[in-house]
Amino acid sequence: MSTPFYVSPEQLMRDRADFARKGIAKGRSAIALQYADGILFVAENRSPALHKVAEIYDRMAFAAVGRYNEFENLRIAGVRLADMRGYSYDRRDVTGRALANAYAQTLGAIFSSGGEKPLEVEILVAEIGATTADDQIYRLTYDGSIADVRGYAVMGGQAEQVAEYVGEHFQEGISLAGALRLAVDALGHDGNEVRELTPDQLEVAVLDRTRTQVRKFKRVSEETLARILSESRPAVEALADAEEADATATEEPAAEGAATDSSSAAGASADDDAPVAPPEDPDDTRPL
Amino acid sequence: MTFDASGRLPEAFLTPGGSSFMDFLAGHAPDLLPGRRSLGQADFSDQVPHGTTIVAATFAGGVVMAGDRRATIGNVIASKDIEKVFPADEYSAVAFAGSAGFGIEMVRLFQVELEHYEKLEGATLSLDGKSNRLSALIRGNLAMAMQGLAVVPLFAGYDHDRKGGRIFSYDATGGRYEETHFHSVGSGSLFARGSLKKLYREDLSATDCATVAIQSLIDAADDDSATGGPDMLRRIFPVVGVVTADGYQRLPEEEVAGLVDAAWAQRHNRPDGPASASLT
Repeated sequence: MSTPFYVSPEQLMRDRADFARKGIAKGRSAIALQYADGILFVAENRSPALHKVAEIYDRMAFAAVGRYNEFENLRIAGVRLADMRGYSYDRRDVTGRALANAYAQTLGAIFSSGGEKPLEVEILVAEIGATTADDQIYRLTYDGSIADVRGYAVMGGQAEQVAEYVGEHFQEGISLAGALRLAVDALGHDGNEVRELTPDQLEVAVLDRTRTQVRKFKRVSEETLARILSESRPAVEALADAEEADATATEEPAAEGAATDSSSAAGASADDDAPVAPPEDPDDTRPL
Repeated sequence: MTFDASGRLPEAFLTPGGSSFMDFLAGHAPDLLPGRRSLGQADFSDQVPHGTTIVAATFAGGVVMAGDRRATIGNVIASKDIEKVFPADEYSAVAFAGSAGFGIEMVRLFQVELEHYEKLEGATLSLDGKSNRLSALIRGNLAMAMQGLAVVPLFAGYDHDRKGGRIFSYDATGGRYEETHFHSVGSGSLFARGSLKKLYREDLSATDCATVAIQSLIDAADDDSATGGPDMLRRIFPVVGVVTADGYQRLPEEEVAGLVDAAWAQRHNRPDGPASASLT
């Protein structure tokens, strides 16, 4: 009988973490961002069918990066858990905290069990409350660690670089159009070269607390997205003169200019009420 | 039902399977499904509340569904303000007559079934698909139906492929039948149907269609002791749901009150309701 090589527990965990991290970094990023009326999700995703962002329950959504088959399985489990709880108790008793806990336990157990490959996923569970202050965003990593995030969260791909960009320009109570512009610009700032992402490369959804339906989740169609984006100037153009995208001295004023532009565009688009949520005033859509 | 004590998602949740919530419950928590309970051989029809009359009628842009507010246990009025008409999902409505307890449970399960499918598949079921799921749900309740606890639903919705409202009726064994123009179910259904037959026209507007449904419920209450008429003292009126291409909408209380008041005022002159305009 051969003696197995001794591997210290620290080394074992580090190896498993490295394995998962590498897998996750291979993909593209996804962003969740709190805006005035809810939470916005933007993911770089070239597939119109394989979603990274999805509805879980009335006020809850799920976003993930990494291996599709693994997070899709987690998403389905989340929908089952939520529907089961809602059916057994009441719709109001389905909470993001309970779901995030269940995910954390599951991810943690798989990560530390020797028999299973750690999941190469990172997920967000987001839940909107009555006001921005009541919103919850939970960020879960491959090892089951869970963090309660405020404002914004970025995961997958070059998450750190993207998060840095969002952090520089994010402000609380940002409008939807402003948040969308910021997220799309941030996704483009994931390397040395700044990219301008087009609507067909993006997957966008919102949890919109102004929706009159019980279910607050809504996908933003490519056309709507294109319209909102065309109304706000991309930060890339503002930076066109700067020799390097990462140039520090010139970037600050130019990018800020773009940020103010987009927020004014948001005000304009709020008037014709074209953006994301179509007019859902019950008086407007009354069939009688 | 098992929510794992460790907090970890139970294995069944992570096992690949179908998109039906009912099938998931059958495998994982069968005790949550109606119709799986054993009751012995007794007849319960006179011991639990029963919902009574519901009607549905189509109009050019959709379909109207309405139900009275009474539940009875034998000769006793068990509830004056029970609701029997519900949205099934955004583009369909479901109402039930028969055992109120099972009816409400069945509606809840049906709503989750449709929503669950929608979330897992990222697409909504066709209207026929939805109506077939409801069939399966009723069939599961067959043993109860034989003991006097039948639930007989009415399902209606807007069909985006055919651009119009459609109505489906069911029997206690889960048989599904598509109805043209209008239908009614429950103890007062015969009277309601007679009324609908005389008042219904294909060119009704949504509001007129709602009025016809309300008139038919008043006629049913006139002749059936188990159907509740509009309660003019307590201001309890039928629940009226309208489904169009824009989705399900329950008519606001004031609007229903307006329609009922008009019908009621007219019946002061002619208690039998509107008379046919011609005999030929």
